Amino acid sequence: MEQKFQYVQRLADAPLILGQRLCEWCGHGPILEQDIALSNIALDLLGLARNLLQYAAELKGEGISEDDLAFSRPEKEYQNFLLCELENGHWGKTILRQFFFDSFHYFFLNELKNSKDDRLKAIAEKSLKEVTYHLRFSSEWVIRLGDGTEESHAKMQEALNEIWPFTGEFFQVDELDLLMEKQGVAPNLNSIQKSVQQRVAEILTQATLEIPEGTWMQKGGKSGVHTEAMGFLLAEMQFMQRAYPNMQW
Amino acid sequence: MTTASLEAKFQEKVDQEVKIEPRDWMPDAYRKTLVRQISQHAHSEIIGMLPEGNWITRAPSLRRKLGLLAKVQDEAGHGLYLYSACETLGVEREDLFEQLNEGTAKYSSIFNYPTLTWADIGSIGWLVDGAAIMNQVPLCRCSYGPYARAMVRVCKEESFHQRQGFEILLTLSKGTDEQKAMLQESVNRWWWPSLMMFGPNDAESPNSAKSMKWKIKRFTNDDLRQKFVDVCYEQAKLLNVTLPDPDLKWNEERGHFDFGPIDWSEFWDVVKGNGPCNSQRLAARNKAHAEGEWVREAAIAFAEKNKQRNIAKAS
Repeated sequence: MEQKFQYVQRLADAPLILGQRLCEWCGHGPILEQDIALSNIALDLLGLARNLLQYAAELKGEGISEDDLAFSRPEKEYQNFLLCELENGHWGKTILRQFFFDSFHYFFLNELKNSKDDRLKAIAEKSLKEVTYHLRFSSEWVIRLGDGTEESHAKMQEALNEIWPFTGEFFQVDELDLLMEKQGVAPNLNSIQKSVQQRVAEILTQATLEIPEGTWMQKGGKSGVHTEAMGFLLAEMQFMQRAYPNMQW
Repeated sequence: MTTASLEAKFQEKVDQEVKIEPRDWMPDAYRKTLVRQISQHAHSEIIGMLPEGNWITRAPSLRRKLGLLAKVQDEAGHGLYLYSACETLGVEREDLFEQLNEGTAKYSSIFNYPTLTWADIGSIGWLVDGAAIMNQVPLCRCSYGPYARAMVRVCKEESFHQRQGFEILLTLSKGTDEQKAMLQESVNRWWWPSLMMFGPNDAESPNSAKSMKWKIKRFTNDDLRQKFVDVCYEQAKLLNVTLPDPDLKWNEERGHFDFGPIDWSEFWDVVKGNGPCNSQRLAARNKAHAEGEWVREAAIAFAEKNKQRNIAKAS
């Protein structure tokens, strides 16, 4: 039970942290319609995180709530991909980060919906509908900005070079992944790798962007070793719980 | 037809509660008044996203975070329908944005006040959205069709926001002493600026009479303000919070609550740009606009390239 709790909590962390990052854009987007669209994606991701954390809290028992899990853990216990916590940067960087996550997330949920765990299956089915839209949105914008003006192309290529080393973490398998896979709860990450990479290559080519040659990839999210940006993100997200502990809001 | 007879016909329609539509003839001053009012309203929605957006990343629970994000997103949506309503009067969104960013357009002064605590998110919902609803519900019957229709949807969402804000405060009122103090301190700061949202006293509001004749406006500033005070008094009791006005008391004869004098010098200061956050709000809008320029340019360039490609393909 503890391992499944750990796994479900980990699944929640990526949408939680990425959703938190997207919240920073609300009211500051480049175009009103896109501001609304990005908030929509944030709402979907935070809604997904909430569904997963409610499930994790039930698995844990001991009177733990979704909010305890979302807001009261030390940094080391968050297991999101490092990609999700990267600072927003300019709008194009945010879109590119979103595109990589969506590409993984789409194929991942597509497999998770075959999980033997009924709850995860149901959550994946619901979320997949939303993520299908996210992937379409971010793909379109990557193409538009990559193949837009000289300036936008340069900005996107630079962002791609910066983000690229954070895109290998999706497929780094650890013991918990293997155990959950063995139990039929989690998908086999290797099996989706090809589909994700194909999709990514296809869109980046259309966007006239060059995939960086480097093959070295960052890691650490799954073991709770984060980037320097994470502490600040949590300081903001956990502010109320730290300043006013144990209250109902 | 002479202008005078067109005007007479126009007024007759207004008097008979027939909606004026974009292609109908309307007096220039009517069009100007509408553009001014609707664009100010749209700008208020967009600027209003900033003080509330300030707390999305710090909201105290997942439920509150989702609620607040959805609410601020609604404000963006309201801005969008209102800018569209302006476009039906022949003014482009881009031009209105420019006026906002340059600081030549007005927006509701309330958004020049800071959100300092979580309770402020509740107070904005309860008082600011509450005041906005008082102002806006009559606008659903405004004589200009596109504005009236936009307002029907805006009001539905605003009334949900108002309940959400009240519920945030109600939770605080049942919380710890620290939470109760946070609630009271916040209401102290938001009460008077909320009363100012209805605008100057009727005697000081020269445009009101014309707007009433054109049925853009249905009630005077003072009538609406009074209605708001009457409603809030009862709601404050439910929250166990004191409204910061020693003169607030029931007047049997008038059948309304009396309230103390409003500090209009503060109101005019903030209108003139000297509020606590005027410059920050405009700076944030200008930053978003400037930093988004390359994105907008790229979208246009890409659309153009795509068009050329499609033409080439077809030929």
